[in-house]
Amino acid sequence: MTLFDWSALALKILFVLGISFGMVPQLVWFERRGAAWMQARVGPNRVGIFGLMQPLADVIKLLSKESFIPAAASRFYYQLAPAISAIAPVAAMAAIPFGSFLIIGEHKVPLQIAQLDMGILAVLAFAGLEVYPIMLAGWASNNKYSMLGALRGSSQMVSYEIALGLALVSMLLIYGTLDLNTMVSYQDQSLLGFLPRWGVFLNPLACLIFLIAIFAETNRLPFDLPEGESELVAGYHLEYGAGKFALFFFAEYVAMMMASALYITIFFGGYALIPGTGWILNLFSTMLSPDMFQNLLALAQVASFIFKVGCMMFFFVWVRWTLPRFRYDQLMHLGWKLLFPIALVNLMAVALIIAWIGV
Amino acid sequence: MIKDIRTTLLDERKSLSDFYNPQVLINMGPSHPAMHGTLRVMCRVNGEVVEDATCEIGYLHRAIEKLAEHKTYHQWIVYTDRLNYCSALTNNIGYVMTVEDLLGIEVTERCQWIRVICMELARIIDHLICIAINALDMGALTCFWYLYHWREEAYSIIEAMCGMRLTTSYARIGGMSYDLPDNFDSMMTKFLKGLPKSIDDVEKLLSANRIWVDRTKDVGTLTKQEVMDFGLTGPVARASGVDFDLRRDRPYYTYPELDFEVVCGVNGDVYDRYLVRMEEIRQSAHILAQCVKKLPKGPLWVDDRLIKIPAKQDVYNNMETLIHHFKIFMDGIHVGPGEAYNAVESPNGELAFYIVSRGGTKPWRTRIKPPSLLLFQSFEYSMKGAKIPDAVSILGSLNIIAGELDR
Repeated sequence: MTLFDWSALALKILFVLGISFGMVPQLVWFERRGAAWMQARVGPNRVGIFGLMQPLADVIKLLSKESFIPAAASRFYYQLAPAISAIAPVAAMAAIPFGSFLIIGEHKVPLQIAQLDMGILAVLAFAGLEVYPIMLAGWASNNKYSMLGALRGSSQMVSYEIALGLALVSMLLIYGTLDLNTMVSYQDQSLLGFLPRWGVFLNPLACLIFLIAIFAETNRLPFDLPEGESELVAGYHLEYGAGKFALFFFAEYVAMMMASALYITIFFGGYALIPGTGWILNLFSTMLSPDMFQNLLALAQVASFIFKVGCMMFFFVWVRWTLPRFRYDQLMHLGWKLLFPIALVNLMAVALIIAWIGV
Repeated sequence: MIKDIRTTLLDERKSLSDFYNPQVLINMGPSHPAMHGTLRVMCRVNGEVVEDATCEIGYLHRAIEKLAEHKTYHQWIVYTDRLNYCSALTNNIGYVMTVEDLLGIEVTERCQWIRVICMELARIIDHLICIAINALDMGALTCFWYLYHWREEAYSIIEAMCGMRLTTSYARIGGMSYDLPDNFDSMMTKFLKGLPKSIDDVEKLLSANRIWVDRTKDVGTLTKQEVMDFGLTGPVARASGVDFDLRRDRPYYTYPELDFEVVCGVNGDVYDRYLVRMEEIRQSAHILAQCVKKLPKGPLWVDDRLIKIPAKQDVYNNMETLIHHFKIFMDGIHVGPGEAYNAVESPNGELAFYIVSRGGTKPWRTRIKPPSLLLFQSFEYSMKGAKIPDAVSILGSLNIIAGELDR
């Protein structure tokens, strides 16, 4: 690799890390203001403009607190858990493309940290790691409530990963690839003349199953059983405070962002432009050189990607403040007796259709 | 003997610390987000299922009943605020009713109407809180805010009536501490217009919500017979189909003149309790609307100078009245020997006061019959075999207030 490649890679990593680290406080703010808006309250509005600095103040507060470790905890695993929980979703973000490519001089710079030809597997692998911090935290804190939370969390994530995987496989059959970039370019076309050829229109059932499964994977309401505030007090992170709690908190939002990004990439055209905005770009096509036009296009793609992820995050917030929580057995019932068979049938149907009429 | 107990305890402890024994002891409370106030339940759980449970009460015991023996009848009114602090007005009125029975007096008509208004407001507040907290415990925070908004509005009305929000101390023996404010009608009309809208919103969010129905249907079911065996009253009993409401069956004040329905459920599960409470809020709003229309003019206080608290105007301008005022508050109202028991339909069920007097200004003995105590007995029973989240939702639906339970 040349120096240019290295610096491009470093910049991209910085960009993604910056987005995910910098966005989390904004997301927290967004969630709290969104919740307040739905609940006819005001929400945080004192620190900074519109209370935007509130999450920053919270972070400073959390980080400056005493980092307390319970005496009966298993020290190594107790500290390992929040570290894994923060790293796994950030690592998964690396494989998700947030734009096509920029042309800088002679070089073509893909807007993706790791161009993997089986990117989706990498994303899933890292996302699958998210079950470990919950188990480790629950076990290492040596608290019964934490343990119950960990049990709930691990079984929930394992069961929903199956439905998620099956929904995903049906989409992989349609796209015929594991490369996320190829998936996006497949979706960046029109279907029946008026619809974008997005995954959601090709296979709405898989889209729905995947959506439910990512809610369960990210432990958001109505699937926030591992935390189960009123039942298990705080569940697996009950014994965590200060910076370590902040890491768990941070991880929850990064995981949400990662899940939204993946969902968008598979079902909503990823970084493909939002339908109806292409003509604005075309106005510039004659003014700019092809290279510059590609750069402009890439930036517009990044913007539309961020916009789509933002919409998805709003959906996360919206659902959280609307629905009550499931009970553990109902959750398992939904996962194994409903989603799993439906996903299986859906997969078979897709496979048969593809076998008969081709993609 | 002692050795036996010790060996059994040690054995038990050994088996509980055994890795392969799935039964775990879990201590919920007295400091736990779902244990409203300071309730404590020790559970033996197998996975999520509660196999055995023992409830412990007394963490909020303040010897309120004993204190009554050392306070004059008026001084003890403030203690009734601290029983069920969600519906302080009902407690105030229930208590002064009993004292008035003991004195053998009847309050004026206007006073009776005002007291009915107070009790219905308290019922609305209490039910709002119960449903809101129940929803909150099951993760539906938005419903909580929708309902709490109207609770605050109701408190604003109460504040206009007596100057206090939570601990009202509004009732006095033989009357009320203040008459209604001038803008009472408009405040109440505004409240009665806005409240049903919020109730409808919450109904839309919950009643047909699949998750909510799954969480509450057939959870904590008590049959009619079980309810009667436990001696439960109030919405919980009515949800099981026990058609019993003191407002109708043992009418007091102006309830016979009012048009309202006693709401009954069928299944006696958490869902039915929720529905019964929702409908009771509507019925109470209906009663309030009638009260505002029918509220008569006239004197607020009984015409008995030994009981009536003199008006401030007279106290400051008239020497004899000042002395009289001083005597009423420093010495107290003299009550003849006798005993009285009186029950009112509090939001949680039958709330009763039993006072024994041997003459003088202080009761010889005062007892409270709190609905929460009986409700909490049934909790242990309905919790066994349920899951931990169910236990939380059952507790929320029983609406146990620690202040009233432990007294």
